[in-house]
Amino acid sequence: MTELTSRVAPPYPPLSERLKFYGIWVAAALVLLALPKVFSSGGALTTFSLIGISIIFSLSYNILLGQTGLLSFGHAVYYGLGGFLAIHAINIIGANKLPIPLPVVPLIGGLTGLFFAALLGWVSTKRSGTAFAMISLGVAELVASSALILRTFFGGEAGISANRTKLMRLFDWSFGPQIQIYYLIAAWTLLAVIAMYALTRTPLGRMCNAVRDNPERVQFVGYDPHVVRYLAFCFAGFFAGIAGALAAINFEIANAAYLGAVQSGTVLFSTYIGGVGYFIGPIVGAIFVTVLSLSLSDLTSVWQLYFGLFFIAVVTFAPGGITGLLMMHWPLIKGGTFGRVLPSYLMGLIPTLAMLAGLVLAIETVVHYTVNPGDDPNIKAFGMSFNVSSPTTWIVAFLLIVVGFVAARKTWSRLALAWDDALKAAREKGYHT
Amino acid sequence: MTLPAIELNNVQKSFGNISVIRDLNLSIAHGERHALIGPNGAGKSTTFNLITGYITPTSGTVKLRGELISGLPPYRINRRGLSRSFQVTNVFPNMSVWENLRCAVLWTDGHHYSFWKNIDNLPEVRDRTAEILSDIGLATRRDVPAGLLTYAEQRALEIGITVAGGADVILLDEPTAGMSHAETERAVTLIRRLTEGRTLVIVEHDMSVVFGLADRISVLVYGHVIATGTPDQIRSDPKVKEAYLGEEAA
Repeated sequence: MTELTSRVAPPYPPLSERLKFYGIWVAAALVLLALPKVFSSGGALTTFSLIGISIIFSLSYNILLGQTGLLSFGHAVYYGLGGFLAIHAINIIGANKLPIPLPVVPLIGGLTGLFFAALLGWVSTKRSGTAFAMISLGVAELVASSALILRTFFGGEAGISANRTKLMRLFDWSFGPQIQIYYLIAAWTLLAVIAMYALTRTPLGRMCNAVRDNPERVQFVGYDPHVVRYLAFCFAGFFAGIAGALAAINFEIANAAYLGAVQSGTVLFSTYIGGVGYFIGPIVGAIFVTVLSLSLSDLTSVWQLYFGLFFIAVVTFAPGGITGLLMMHWPLIKGGTFGRVLPSYLMGLIPTLAMLAGLVLAIETVVHYTVNPGDDPNIKAFGMSFNVSSPTTWIVAFLLIVVGFVAARKTWSRLALAWDDALKAAREKGYHT
Repeated sequence: MTLPAIELNNVQKSFGNISVIRDLNLSIAHGERHALIGPNGAGKSTTFNLITGYITPTSGTVKLRGELISGLPPYRINRRGLSRSFQVTNVFPNMSVWENLRCAVLWTDGHHYSFWKNIDNLPEVRDRTAEILSDIGLATRRDVPAGLLTYAEQRALEIGITVAGGADVILLDEPTAGMSHAETERAVTLIRRLTEGRTLVIVEHDMSVVFGLADRISVLVYGHVIATGTPDQIRSDPKVKEAYLGEEAA
């Protein structure tokens, strides 16, 4: 290293920083190990398993969206094909008594995803932007419809099932109980997250960012943006395949829904809601969306509607996602000026909540009124009973929305002022990011 | 070196029925500083786009050190040692200054599409990036996202990205456009220093820059070179006066 380099290059992180960095991964591993000890119910284990799968899937999607700037509407193709191949692999391995244990099967799924991404990706990654999005949609429709036509491979509407316990045993684990599946998924999640993080720290990973920012300029520093996009696409397909295989192992079935538009949409939701600008964004999004969809679907029949509204709100007001929203506060917290915005937050909370409550009440009454008109007109919301056929309920909902909105708007603009003030103060102290 | 660095032979370019470049012949010697001037719409940027592979000529040939490059995509031409900057700033806005320059160094340092190397552990890349960073005078702005730099800083970064890969033929498209007088002077000093010993082709509107920097000048009017020569020859050329300089003098 030259004298100049040591003067102007970013310094290598000191030992304490590096220890902290590795400490995070060790801590993550410990948390994954300890989770079933803390929450041991079957429901919790299933939830954690689904979250793990969703984390891998969302991070793989973010290799495209966040890292390379490719908006795909068909990422579930590689997830689904990984899942189907995993199911077939389990059946073949089981029938022929091959010496392959279950923990290796996700790799088969990953290689399947990689194979199909490599096969289908070359054409679609020729262009970015709208052309790429359209081609991804077309490919997704093609594969999803063939899933219903090629019945021997995809099993038609019913799908294909397998028995994961029939494989060679490893450490005497049958992989029947959910806890063993949880650990299998947790281990693969940790591995995949580390691998995908490492990918962002390589020359290819950095050139993906460059292609996202400015594909034109990339060509004039010696790189073919098509090749960069293609390689990113292959990696995304590989990790999506792993996630799909884990899902197939978890449910012991793969069906056409794995490859479908809903699955492709969900991963886009999770990734975007979490925040595409940060590596941990999709992890946050995967946890949030999985938990929310499981709990919301218990509460209301129109949970997808709330999802859609929430997604619109994120796209409109917080394009950085949940992570972006949280990271915005970082300079204020470091600069010690967060206290200045807190009162405005609390003030804004009341009318905003009132507005949301009115919205929920309106949606639920309309749904109840139109979907089950003959039923008992009383619904419970917020722990109170409401009569959906009573005009009072409708008027209350309407008033909550209108008055809440008008009041909330006032508090929001106050919040914006307080925010600018606090940010300025934090910047003066030298905290920019 | 006997072969010219860049040679254009009877290059034509038309978009639909509109002919933008007609019978363009241009030969740029190895190691010379060559300025391309001409009124707006004369085809200067189009000429750059033709040389760098951004667009392909309708007919005619472009050669780099005697080798045919017309028809090659920009990244292949770039890998042969030809680099360009853009008239409109063209950096990687969400990446830091350091990362912008590092991206421009990676290919020539042989790291290509590698996904098995830690980017922070490449000493040569680090050295080279640090060198360019210090050359363009943005060391104090190292970690700032390029999109947040001032205009003059972005222009300096633009030049930094262009030369970072070590290309020996450099094309700069209006590097001082929109700069103040003082900024222009600094930019010219920077260009002179960074292109030392390399071939430089520059499109520029600021005549003080052109006459101060160039060894030879070509005047482009309606997609055709009407004169090529030393600054003195160009200054006294009646055709040039009529077509171009005359307008300013009048």
